[in-house]
Amino acid sequence: MKKSTVSKDSEDSQPWTEKYRPKSLEDVSAQEETVAVLRKTVLSQNLPHMLFYGPPGTGKTSTILAIARELYGVENMRLRVKELNASDDRGIDVIRVKVKKFARTVISKNTRGPPYKIIILDEADSMTYDAQAALRRLMEDSSNTTRFCLICNYVTRIIEPIVSRCAQFRFKPLDTSSSKSRLEMICAKEGMICDSQTLDELVRVSNGDLRTAITYLQTANTLFKNEMITLEFVRELAGFIQPDAIEQLIQSAESHSFNKIENTVSQFFLSGYSAVQLLFQIQDQIIYDNTGRFTEIQKAKIAMYIGEIDKYLSEGCDEHLQVLNLIVTISKNISNYETMDFD
Amino acid sequence: MCLLVDKYRPTSLDQLTYHHDLSHLLKITAHSGSFPHMLMYGPSGAGKKTRIFCVLKELFGEGVEKIKIDQRTFVTSSNRKLDANIASSIYHLEVTPSDVGNYDRIVIQELIKDVAQTQQVDLNAKQRFKVIIINEADALGRDAQAALRRTMEKYAKNIRIIFCCNVTSRIIAPIRSRCLLVRVAAPTIEESTQVLRQIATNEKIKISDDVLIRIAGKSEGNLRNAILTFETMIMQQANISKTSEVPSPDWKDHIENIAKSIIKTQSSANIMEIRLVFYELINHCIPAPIILKTLTFALFKHVHDDIKMQITAQASFYDHRLRTGQKVIIHLEAFVIKVMHLILSNNQKS
Repeated sequence: MKKSTVSKDSEDSQPWTEKYRPKSLEDVSAQEETVAVLRKTVLSQNLPHMLFYGPPGTGKTSTILAIARELYGVENMRLRVKELNASDDRGIDVIRVKVKKFARTVISKNTRGPPYKIIILDEADSMTYDAQAALRRLMEDSSNTTRFCLICNYVTRIIEPIVSRCAQFRFKPLDTSSSKSRLEMICAKEGMICDSQTLDELVRVSNGDLRTAITYLQTANTLFKNEMITLEFVRELAGFIQPDAIEQLIQSAESHSFNKIENTVSQFFLSGYSAVQLLFQIQDQIIYDNTGRFTEIQKAKIAMYIGEIDKYLSEGCDEHLQVLNLIVTISKNISNYETMDFD
Repeated sequence: MCLLVDKYRPTSLDQLTYHHDLSHLLKITAHSGSFPHMLMYGPSGAGKKTRIFCVLKELFGEGVEKIKIDQRTFVTSSNRKLDANIASSIYHLEVTPSDVGNYDRIVIQELIKDVAQTQQVDLNAKQRFKVIIINEADALGRDAQAALRRTMEKYAKNIRIIFCCNVTSRIIAPIRSRCLLVRVAAPTIEESTQVLRQIATNEKIKISDDVLIRIAGKSEGNLRNAILTFETMIMQQANISKTSEVPSPDWKDHIENIAKSIIKTQSSANIMEIRLVFYELINHCIPAPIILKTLTFALFKHVHDDIKMQITAQASFYDHRLRTGQKVIIHLEAFVIKVMHLILSNNQKS
């Protein structure tokens, strides 16, 4: 069993995402509405079953852990809270035996906190439908001894009967300012110098995912202890493609020379960039372009092709061929080259 | 005697001959005291694995070189037995979970939890954690990846994971957000040539730079491939002159021939002949998507620019069909016929 005393040494090597996990509900960034509602329920000491959903890095796990800590205190948490996630085996057997047993045990009324336990099912969308179905009756039967909290990214993957038994809380992607203020707070605590522009870029590349942003910040800190962090480096960390590589691809498309396109695409892949990332960025570049480089109708068509290629890629197609096709299609499209029907 | 590839594999970060900025970063990371999870990605033969081992050596010292390979058996919930090969030293473990196919999740869960829950006992060890290297991470199933998410956070004190993969597209976002992404680009032709030249000097082989450059060019950024080709040439020919042919793998030649014959004759008889070659290739375990890709690029060398664009569209279309369809030969042939049709109609027009 883990000892509760954590030596100073290991605290240093702890990832910042763990170190700066919100300790109380008030610490949770940005989710004002959700937190306000939860605050009230915690005060009334009467929790419903809960379903948290939202994109990664928005504070779902942090919130429930914070609630549990407030309700039971750190010492009692171990006995009162059971956390199961996708790394635990969560087949139907586990639900039937382990979870059921835990759910059924009653706790004495003398101890601090409300008279129920919490079972956290993290990453619930990776549970099988059978396992979810096994939960249905269990949630009702054991409702006077246990509260369930399901956490998932996609609420659509949770079966309807479970959803209807829970109070749903949506966690929205963090807005720029609250991510930034959180990062600034960490910077200040760690004694790290970071200018506002770099933080903006960090927030931008992490797309509202605070965990990503904090991970990047920590890496940046270890790598550049006392130096300034450059924008390029932030992009590289995030696996972002450098803007000029994208620009070269677009330029090759504009040149309408097949050989040039072929070379540029090969070069692009030799650099090891990922095609999906390219789709994101090339889309941004083209759709939000307001220099008049592309007409509206061209933009619309290109967006359509990007969608198609994305589908192909997600079905496991070859990145090189597909991206080559994308650039060729874009090239045809912006030259008003007559697309031939060949069926 | 070992292969030149292994003999001249750099074993420390200082020995790496290209991507110096990256080596520098890796070095700082290794010494910083807070080593993150890592995701190394880049084309094959770019030196990902080499870099991983260099980092390990930087972290732990010589100990990582004593590697033993053992086989562990995992049992699924339906009592099926799975065998996985694990290469390990006292400081690290290396697995390729995709070897066991659909059951990769079990391997990940069992193995990583096992390692994660035990702390490093050796007090003299430089680091308090063990490193787990996961090869071919892009072939991991979604379940297996999901299983890693919380584990990576929960046991961060005891383990660090280094993923090694070709593309990041198939790694789920939550994993990516927990890792330091390290992109290892393929070496340029000059950089490959440089490495080859170094080897040639060390081995005391006289070989002209021209040939080296051609070998490097033909390897398309795959340094391992380049060194292997180089070694093959030395073995086969005692004297390598300037004009020596750089050998390419048999299957590439065959595909090249298919491309030529498609361009020469467009007839059903020819399709039948090409079918035989396709079957031959598939029987020799060349994956169909690779055949299609190589064929497409081979065709580009011989046809007119206008058709190239159309061929690209068709290649992309049939690539998709290949992946979603059942029998690959059908789609390969359909592609060939389509290309023949394109060539014919183009000839008629002009």
